[in-house]
Amino acid sequence: MKTIYLDNNATTMVAPEVLDEMLPYFSRFYGNPSSMHRFGGQVAKKLSEAREKVATAIGAEPDEIIFTSCGTESDNTAILSALAVNPEKRHIITTRVEHPAVKTLCEHLAEKGYLITALEVDSDGNLNMDQYEKSLSSDTAVVSIMWANNETGVIFPVERAARIAHEKGILFHTDAVQAIGKIPIAMRDNTIHMLSFSGHKLHAQKGIGVLYIRRGTRFSPYLIGGHQEKGRRGGTENIPAIIGLGKACELAGQNLTEENSRVRGLRDRLENEIFKQIPNVKVNGGRAPRLPNTSNISFEFVEGESILLLMDQYGICASSGSACTSGSLQPSHVLRAMGVPYTMAHGSIRFSLSIYNTEDEIDFVIDTLPPIIEKLRQMSPYWGSAQTACKT
Amino acid sequence: MWEYTDKVREHFLNPRNVGEIEDPDGVAEVGSIACGDALKLAFKLDENKRIKDARFKTFGCASAIASASALTEMLKGKTVEEAMAITNKDIADYLGGLPPEKMHCSVLGQEALEKAIENYRGVSYKKPEEEIVCVCFGVTDGEIERAIKQNHLATIEEVTNYTKAGGGCKSCHEKIQAIIDRVYAAEKPDNQPVARPKLSNIQKIRMIEETIESEIRPSLKHDGGDVELVDVVGNRVLVATRGACATCQASQATLKGFVEWKLKELVSPELVVEEVAP
Repeated sequence: MKTIYLDNNATTMVAPEVLDEMLPYFSRFYGNPSSMHRFGGQVAKKLSEAREKVATAIGAEPDEIIFTSCGTESDNTAILSALAVNPEKRHIITTRVEHPAVKTLCEHLAEKGYLITALEVDSDGNLNMDQYEKSLSSDTAVVSIMWANNETGVIFPVERAARIAHEKGILFHTDAVQAIGKIPIAMRDNTIHMLSFSGHKLHAQKGIGVLYIRRGTRFSPYLIGGHQEKGRRGGTENIPAIIGLGKACELAGQNLTEENSRVRGLRDRLENEIFKQIPNVKVNGGRAPRLPNTSNISFEFVEGESILLLMDQYGICASSGSACTSGSLQPSHVLRAMGVPYTMAHGSIRFSLSIYNTEDEIDFVIDTLPPIIEKLRQMSPYWGSAQTACKT
Repeated sequence: MWEYTDKVREHFLNPRNVGEIEDPDGVAEVGSIACGDALKLAFKLDENKRIKDARFKTFGCASAIASASALTEMLKGKTVEEAMAITNKDIADYLGGLPPEKMHCSVLGQEALEKAIENYRGVSYKKPEEEIVCVCFGVTDGEIERAIKQNHLATIEEVTNYTKAGGGCKSCHEKIQAIIDRVYAAEKPDNQPVARPKLSNIQKIRMIEETIESEIRPSLKHDGGDVELVDVVGNRVLVATRGACATCQASQATLKGFVEWKLKELVSPELVVEEVAP
């Protein structure tokens, strides 16, 4: 059975070009870039090339790039650094819809005595900017607002938010894990102090992350050890992953137009056809500015895990914001923050596409999904009464 | 991805007995869409008071659908007393087990069954003094206590897995811990059989009589049956069936599945029930 992979916000395939670029650095050029010999030195050269490619992809300078182990490490480093360099400040501003890498850290910091403001979003998923401006205070150590939401794809006006923070001299961090490679990012044109992203969301491997730190930003390292990354992140560099990420960033730059035209077209087609064929559906965040590859659709009166497992029978991979799939008992915190009713939240499915998806694949999903929803609705105790209620 | 058994997958992909029953003898709906799973269960009896049809509708995940499907299959051919004896563990066992986080699906099945039987009998077993502990999922102290006892749950996490209680805002965790502590404090003697005072014969017979009077008779009488204690010889409890039970094909199953089970639970696990000729 063919796999139809529509879960690219979870992770992506390593691009063949990326893998090719990485392979020699496992067993042929395995030297340590910190070594004095030429064998290691040749690796150092590749490392700095990769750093340049990563910097170019986000319109930054190479010395503003720190390689980490993952997006979570980058997020943690950024926020904890901001607190460390502002020891007298106790206030953090974030949002209710952050990825756990930021959200859970902030909850943990709240237990340690920090004051957390988690900004509200409206029913379309848009950030409450009034609340944001009112929350900024002289006690605010850092603002951390994601660039784009992983579940709905809703894009936040982080550049505007960063400008407001910058005017007040407050550090601004953004988790841009989902935004990289999907929308243009140019750090030289904004005032964001710190930005985090991860390799495996843009066709590099898992286990490599990036923390961008604007020149002149005060910084306190999280991992303390060797002099790697100019002492800002100790630990021997993950060379094959970094080289792969360099290539992936280069490809992402080339593919940005396709992502925003062909991939967006496939996503829109998927949504439109689902709307035509299946009653009682809603696109969560559909009216807000969104990533071109993400679609979060609620199917009322059915449960997400059941939809996922039935789609899995046909090789279709997606994810859900239902309670049953999250391992917790409540549906996604993002959908709850948006006030999506429980009848809708439990039946939410996220499709996230990549440039490797084809029209045939989308057509197959469009043919396969309606009978699956119908089967589950026939089984649902709420469906019959909902139908009657609608008619009367 | 959950580790579901082949049997869970099979029941999920091909659920048995989906639908409703016209004019059911017992019907109940438990759970809610807010909680993430809901189950509507109905059954119909034949002329011998055996369940001839059981149907369900469910809103829930794969294991909720599979648990409901399994339950309806298990119910068919059983008397109401036999059905009463089905526990959430039986449902999970029928399916070859459920992931720990999904045990609440089997508990939902058992709850629906209990409520459907209450509906059939026109009585409510739920004690009115039960108090809601978990506000997020509307779980009472009684429900939590029963789940702890039946499944030997020892941690808050396990209680959440089985009942959902404590899976939301977590503000009830202290109360859940208190219930766990209370149950185990009361159960200590059971866990240490050596320390358990041996029942004297007199005590044993008195307890058997009390159990039959307060726990067993009312249920049987509801179906027009009755049971009488004839003698107790060692751990053998000799009884005679009366009323509808005396002529009922299912009385043997009732004696073993209900009377003996109750006596084992409430008096002594060694007891065996035997029927003597009337």
